[in-house]
Amino acid sequence: MSNKMSVLVSSGDREQLQMAAMISSVAAVSGNEVNIFLSMNSLRYFQQGDTNVAPSEGEVGALLQNKSVPDFRELFRSAVELGDAQIYPCSMALDILNIPASGLLDYITPEPLGLTRFLDMSSDSQVLSF
Amino acid sequence: MSDRIVVDAKNTYCPGPLMELIAGMKQAAVGDELEVLATDKGSANDIPEWIKKVGHQVLDSFDENGVWHVIVRKEK
Repeated sequence: MSNKMSVLVSSGDREQLQMAAMISSVAAVSGNEVNIFLSMNSLRYFQQGDTNVAPSEGEVGALLQNKSVPDFRELFRSAVELGDAQIYPCSMALDILNIPASGLLDYITPEPLGLTRFLDMSSDSQVLSF
Repeated sequence: MSDRIVVDAKNTYCPGPLMELIAGMKQAAVGDELEVLATDKGSANDIPEWIKKVGHQVLDSFDENGVWHVIVRKEK
């Protein structure tokens, strides 16, 4: 069993972001090297000062908002600060959204990643996609 | 041994209590005991699994009036 994990996050839906953050944080504090790639609709939620609420897909997502569930952004922070995780912004999504990597939350690696490097990084790891 | 460190993680959900425990463990010394308080039963199950996996020790785990107490010792 590999102790390396790659997490591809492209959804902007609350349940997907929450599940990606839960899996990433627990894996990262359990001895796994975790590389997280934020692309497509997920990236906008990681801008500094962003207060947008991710829309829910269904019943559980609606309940998540009313319960004291840890915020997905804070779980990703725990993955980096308490565990062995690196979070990379997708260079294409940054270009499309027209935001600089320096405008992202401080725990995100300020070095945008392209698909070639992400594929290379993940070639010997378990890959999860959200 | 120093006093037991209490990590009050009541009223949050998995994996919040686990993350709060790990943050507490980072500050603790080897041999210290930590007591996590959680109202989320999933965490009461998950925390002992994590403790065993990474090589610490669960000293006790019990439910008291709807609050789970998981007592662990930092081993390394």
